[in-house]
Amino acid sequence: MSMTLVQVVIGGLLLGAVYALFSSGLTLIWGMMNVVNFAHGDFVMLGMYTAVVIWTSLGGGPWASVPAAAIVIATLGVISYFFLVRHIMKGPMLAQILGTFGLALFLRYGALWAFGANFKSLPDNLVGHSFVLGGIRFEGSRVLAAVVGLGVTFALHLILTRTQIGSRMLAVSENATAAQLMGIRPQRMQALAWAMAGAATGIAGALIALFLPISPTAGETLAIVAFVTVSLGGFGSVTGALVAGLLIGVVESLTAYLVGPIYKEVIVYTLFVLVLWFRPQGLMGKA
Amino acid sequence: MIKTTLLAGAALLALAGATPVLAQQVVKIGAVYPLSGNSASTGNYAKMAFEMGVDLINNGNADLAKVFPLAKGGGLPGLKGAKLQLVIADNQGTPQAGANQTLRLITEEKVAGLVCCYQSAITVTASAVAEKYGVPMINGESVAANLTERGFKWFFRTTPVAADFATAYLTFLKEQKAAGLKTDSIAIVHENTEYGNSVSSVIADAFAKGGLNVTMKIPYAANGPDVQPQVLQLKEKNPDVVIFISYTQDAILYAKTRKELNWKPPILIADDGGFNDPAFTKQMGPVTEGLISRSVFAQGKPGSVAAIMDEIYKKKTGGDGLDDVSARALQAFFVLADAINRAGSTEPAKVQAAIKATNIKAEECVAGYDGVKFDDKGQNTLASTLVTQLKNSNYVAVWPKSRATDPLVLPYKGW
Repeated sequence: MSMTLVQVVIGGLLLGAVYALFSSGLTLIWGMMNVVNFAHGDFVMLGMYTAVVIWTSLGGGPWASVPAAAIVIATLGVISYFFLVRHIMKGPMLAQILGTFGLALFLRYGALWAFGANFKSLPDNLVGHSFVLGGIRFEGSRVLAAVVGLGVTFALHLILTRTQIGSRMLAVSENATAAQLMGIRPQRMQALAWAMAGAATGIAGALIALFLPISPTAGETLAIVAFVTVSLGGFGSVTGALVAGLLIGVVESLTAYLVGPIYKEVIVYTLFVLVLWFRPQGLMGKA
Repeated sequence: MIKTTLLAGAALLALAGATPVLAQQVVKIGAVYPLSGNSASTGNYAKMAFEMGVDLINNGNADLAKVFPLAKGGGLPGLKGAKLQLVIADNQGTPQAGANQTLRLITEEKVAGLVCCYQSAITVTASAVAEKYGVPMINGESVAANLTERGFKWFFRTTPVAADFATAYLTFLKEQKAAGLKTDSIAIVHENTEYGNSVSSVIADAFAKGGLNVTMKIPYAANGPDVQPQVLQLKEKNPDVVIFISYTQDAILYAKTRKELNWKPPILIADDGGFNDPAFTKQMGPVTEGLISRSVFAQGKPGSVAAIMDEIYKKKTGGDGLDDVSARALQAFFVLADAINRAGSTEPAKVQAAIKATNIKAEECVAGYDGVKFDDKGQNTLASTLVTQLKNSNYVAVWPKSRATDPLVLPYKGW
C-alpha cells in the first residue's frame, strides 16, 4: 500500500471519528426518547459559533472554547427540552418532526441575523500545525477532534452502561411509567439526556470550528452526515455511531481518492442502503 | 391680466396636482441573490452594492456626477425624477427558490426589470420565468456559456463569459511558457454544478485548441467537509499548473488543506468565484500569496467612476472595497437603470428596446469593461477581463501588461 493511500485512510479515520463525535448526541436523544432532533446540525453550528465568540472576545483556543461550547449547547438542549420537546412528544410523530425542524430554522436564521452570512474561520495556529509521523502528515486540529471524539463517545458509552444514572436513563427509555413507579423521575432523566447530548454536540462544534469554515448554514451538510451515521450505526447506539462514523469516513476518503470526489456520496449511500436492506436496525442497533 | 393670472393659477394647480404624483412615482428593480446558503456572503456584498447604486441615483453624489451622469441625484431624469426602489429577494442558493422569487417579484412586486442571480444554475431557471412573463433581466455574474444560447429575448448579460476567461488564461499561460515556465501538465479542479462544469469544459476546450494539455480533471461537490483526498491526488501527480473553480467555503477548505499537506503547484490559478469573496482574501490571503485569479475590477486612477464608487462602497461596508463580483453586479444594475431612464417608461417592451440600444463607454463603467453593448443574443460584446494576483491579501492587476498595476511574481509562493 502506497504511503499516499495510508495517508488517505488515516485522513478518513480522523474524519470518521469527527462524524462519530457529532452524531453521538443525535443517537443519544433517539435512544432515550424516540425523538429525532432535526435541529441537531444547527446545535453543531452554534457550537462552532461559540468557539468563534470565545476566540474573538477572549482570545481563547479550544481549551476554553470546548468546555464553553459544551455548557452553552447543553443549556440550549435543556431549554429546548423544557420549552419545546417535552410538549411536542405528546403529539403525533409529525409534530415532533415539524417541531424540531422549526427549531432548526429558528436557530439557523437566528445565527444569520446575529453573526451575518459571512464565512468565518479560526486562526490556523490555535492547535499547532500539522506534524509528520512515520511519513504520514497529521493535521493538529483534526487529530485533536478525533481524539476528543473517541473520548467523548467512550465516556457516553460508559455512562449509559456502567453507571446508576445510565441505568435510570435506560429504564425511562424502556418504560417511563414503570420507571416512575420505581421512583425515577422521567422528565429529569430526559432533560439530563438532552444536556448530555447537547454537551457532546457543543464539543463537536467547537472542535470542528478549528478546521471548517463557519457559517449559519454549516449545520445543514453536517446534519445529513449525522443522520446517515446514526441510522447506519443503529438508532440509539453510541458505539454504533462510532463504528458507522469511522466506516463512512474511510469509505468517503478512499472513494474520493481512488474513484473521484463526486462519487463518494454515491458509494456511501449505496453502502447505506445495502446495510439497511439486510440489517434495518443498523449495524449495532437492537432489532 | 386676470386671464393670465387665471392661466398661471391653472397651470400652478395642474403642476401642484401633477408634481406630487410624478415625484412619488417609484420604479422598482428586482434583485434575486443568495442571501442565505453557501454563497450568502457574496450575495450580501452584492446587496450592499445595489443599495449604494440606488442611493447614488436617488440622492446623488457631487464628485461622481462629474463622470457619471446618473449620479446627479433626484432619481431618473428620463422618468421625471422617479425614484428607484430595490426589491431584493433571497434565492437561497437553489434554482427552485431562484425561480419562485423571480415569479414573486414579477407578479407581486411588479418590478420594471430584474438583476439576477450570481449562480449560473439559478440564472438558468430564473431567466426562464422572466422570459415567460416578458420582463427584462440583466445578469452581471453568471458565466455559463449556454445562458445566452437559448434564444431568449428578455435576457441580457454584461459579464465576460467563460470563453473570454479561457482565452485570457490561455494567452497568459502561453506567455509564461515562452518565458521559460513549465506548463506541460495542467489540472482543473472544479465544483460540479453548472458554474464549475461549464467553465471547466470551456477552459479545457480552449486549451486543447490552443495547444496546452489539460492532464487531469477533478470535479467535486462544493459543500463537503473534507477535501484532503483531492489535494493528495494533486500532490501525487504534481501538475505544473492547477486551476481551481470553486465557491467560498470550498475555496477556504482547499487553501487550508494545501497548507496542511504542504503542497503548492508552481502556478495556481483560482478562477474568481469564491476566491474573490472578501471572506476568502481576508482569512486565507496569508497562505495563498501569489495566487492568480481574474477580475473585472481594478480601482483605477483617482477620480474615475471605479475609484469613487470603491470609496463610497468602503464606507458602506465598513472597509471592504468593491471586488470582482460586487463590481459586476453593480454594473448590471446601472445598465438596467440607464435603460429604464432612456426608455422614459417602465413598460417592458420599451425597456427591452432601450437595453438593446445600450452603449456605455468604458470610462462610465464601474467594472473594468471596454464598455457595454449587446449583441443579438444579449451578450455584452465589450466585456473583458484582467488577470490578477494576490499580494498581501489584495488582488492587483498583473496582466495584460497594458493594464497591469503590479509586476507578476511566479512561481506561486503560498505561505
